[in-house]
Amino acid sequence: MSRIGETFASLKRLGRGGFIPFVVAGDPDLATTERLLIELAAAGANIIELGVPFSDPVADGKVIQRASERALRNGVTLRDALSCVSHIKLHIDVPIVLFSYFNPLLQFGEEQLAGKAGVDAVLVTDLIPEEAEWWTQTLLGQGLDPIFLVAPTTSDERLAYIAQQARGFIYAVSRAGVTGARDQMTRDAEALVKRVRAVSDLPVAVGFGISTPEQVRLVWRFADAAVVGSAIVREIETLDNSPDLVKRVGEFARSLVAPAS
Amino acid sequence: MKESQIKTSEPDEHGHWGKFGGRYVPETLVAPLEELTNEFTRARHDNNFWRELNLLLRDYAGRPTPLFHAQRLSTHAGGAQIYLKREDLLHTGAHKINNALGQALLARRMGKQRVIAETGAGQHGVATATVCALFGLRCVIYMGAEDVRRQSLNVFRMRLLGADVITVDAGTRTLKDAINEALRDWVTNVHDTYYLLGSALGPHPYPLMVRDFQSVIGREAREQILSATGKLPRALIACVGGGSNAIGLFHPFIADEAVRLIGVEAGGCGDSLGKHAARFHSGEKSGGGRVGVLQGTMSYVLQDPNGQIATTHSISAGLDYSAIGPEHAFLHDNGRAEYIRSSDAEALEGFRLCAKLEGIIPALETAHAIMPAIRVARELPRDDAIIVNLSGRGDKDVQLVADLQTR
Ligand SMILES: Cc1ncc(COP(=O)(O)O)c(C=O)c1O
Repeated sequence: MSRIGETFASLKRLGRGGFIPFVVAGDPDLATTERLLIELAAAGANIIELGVPFSDPVADGKVIQRASERALRNGVTLRDALSCVSHIKLHIDVPIVLFSYFNPLLQFGEEQLAGKAGVDAVLVTDLIPEEAEWWTQTLLGQGLDPIFLVAPTTSDERLAYIAQQARGFIYAVSRAGVTGARDQMTRDAEALVKRVRAVSDLPVAVGFGISTPEQVRLVWRFADAAVVGSAIVREIETLDNSPDLVKRVGEFARSLVAPAS
Repeated sequence: MKESQIKTSEPDEHGHWGKFGGRYVPETLVAPLEELTNEFTRARHDNNFWRELNLLLRDYAGRPTPLFHAQRLSTHAGGAQIYLKREDLLHTGAHKINNALGQALLARRMGKQRVIAETGAGQHGVATATVCALFGLRCVIYMGAEDVRRQSLNVFRMRLLGADVITVDAGTRTLKDAINEALRDWVTNVHDTYYLLGSALGPHPYPLMVRDFQSVIGREAREQILSATGKLPRALIACVGGGSNAIGLFHPFIADEAVRLIGVEAGGCGDSLGKHAARFHSGEKSGGGRVGVLQGTMSYVLQDPNGQIATTHSISAGLDYSAIGPEHAFLHDNGRAEYIRSSDAEALEGFRLCAKLEGIIPALETAHAIMPAIRVARELPRDDAIIVNLSGRGDKDVQLVADLQTR
């Protein structure tokens, strides 16, 4: 079983929901990203998604777009994101999912990526499994989990097909749209998770738009983990290089997963 | 890849021309793309659909467009006879209306009430706003801030036609950024929104569908040149932004192997990355055109060595784009078509020459094809012919050229 599989198995044994924060590599800079990853692990992250900045993030809302731009202004590349992971591996053993658009990965080369990734899984925002068969095979051959998204618009037939290709967990997009915090969670997410459960035994994480402790707890009622992206990235943006940025982001993360009082 | 596929340039059922094309999109868009593909496939085999479209193309858009023998340009070149396929005479002033009408009929068949589109030069935006007015559909156009500035006349036209024009301030503020915003809108509003993409780009089925709707250009031109000269032309020349006017002219000639297919990319103002929009220019260590994925399709993409999409430059907003339609990538790699570059300066020269010698002011996009056409004609005997796709008229560019002159 992969490290991600083990993580979900132990969450299940404990009867707990998982917490998966997301940050963009190099936002605000690489050294801070490394410290953020360590802090997020300490704050209770069960898995961390590390975003690779891309010039044309079509699936992202404004907050993550701006984070990408900040990282790119620092010249951050996929190689940098990977070395960031290899550095923090000495300090934490939380599984890392590399979260990227396809083109930077394609130019880097899948053999290279698989060979020296140090990450546990790869999720490619704009790669659907139909286009990815050779890619998926290479990842699997190197012990990396290919993670795929499913959306409220995904048909049952495709859900079954995607579930067959996926490893680790299935990422359910809470509603049609780009990434970004929302005030309201729709019923779409719960309905989607039910449909996934009908065709797959893989754990299901729900993401896109989750930004409050209430929403995290709501997701835990019907899914195995909650992904929090834009809300954390927005904290990083708001704190704007303040000396206690890492600490404050850690506090924010802790507040998201704290038991209801 | 089967030999027959190369001869006809048909994609497989998932929209792949060899390794190019396909569907590289967020999962949420798979369902609407599938729905669109199904509707398009049904329409493609429905005589009523084509009958209605052809009627609109004739009575509303003004088809067929003439194939005009440009005698003074031909004399100037001193070689083969140059014929101009007059897409500039269409309603709204460019070939873009061919595709906009076809897709608007699809949107109506699918019961979508809201249409979104991106635009660079504004021609596709104007065409989309026009067909939306015609069919009573809500229309939202995304346009980069830089293009809003340099094509302000078209922005005004779109607003007159009732469209909402949304200025996109991200990235390089040009066509690519407008497409990003349109995709984000679509992913958010999939249930009621039709994305009317304007070039032979993006995820399947767009490159195939846009090509089919634009192929009327080549079908007419083929008949017209045969009746005018009794034989096939030696070459076809067209500017290539995303590639819709070029593929529309080329496609009906693909099997005529003696006919050279020449696409002209924007050479901009220099050779280095960021100074041009020549996707087949592989460039130096700093990056250039390489096979990659942008905005839903695999094709040649201008990018840096880390796979970040490069900025581009062209004097013409409609050619100022980092990727090229996947069918062109396929025709390039199998050698059926050739792609050359023409600079900003050369485009201006073509712009003026066409105006002076033929009394036709072309769009700056179109103008990129004029000087290369003269060079090609010069190498050929006088009793041969070549066809230039005069993809659009230049009214929208007159102010920009005037400003350049006074500088
Ligand atoms: C007149 C004209 N020609 C050509 C183009 C380039 O697009 P394409 O390559 O899709 O024909 C444009 C795009 O705006 C245009 O307005």
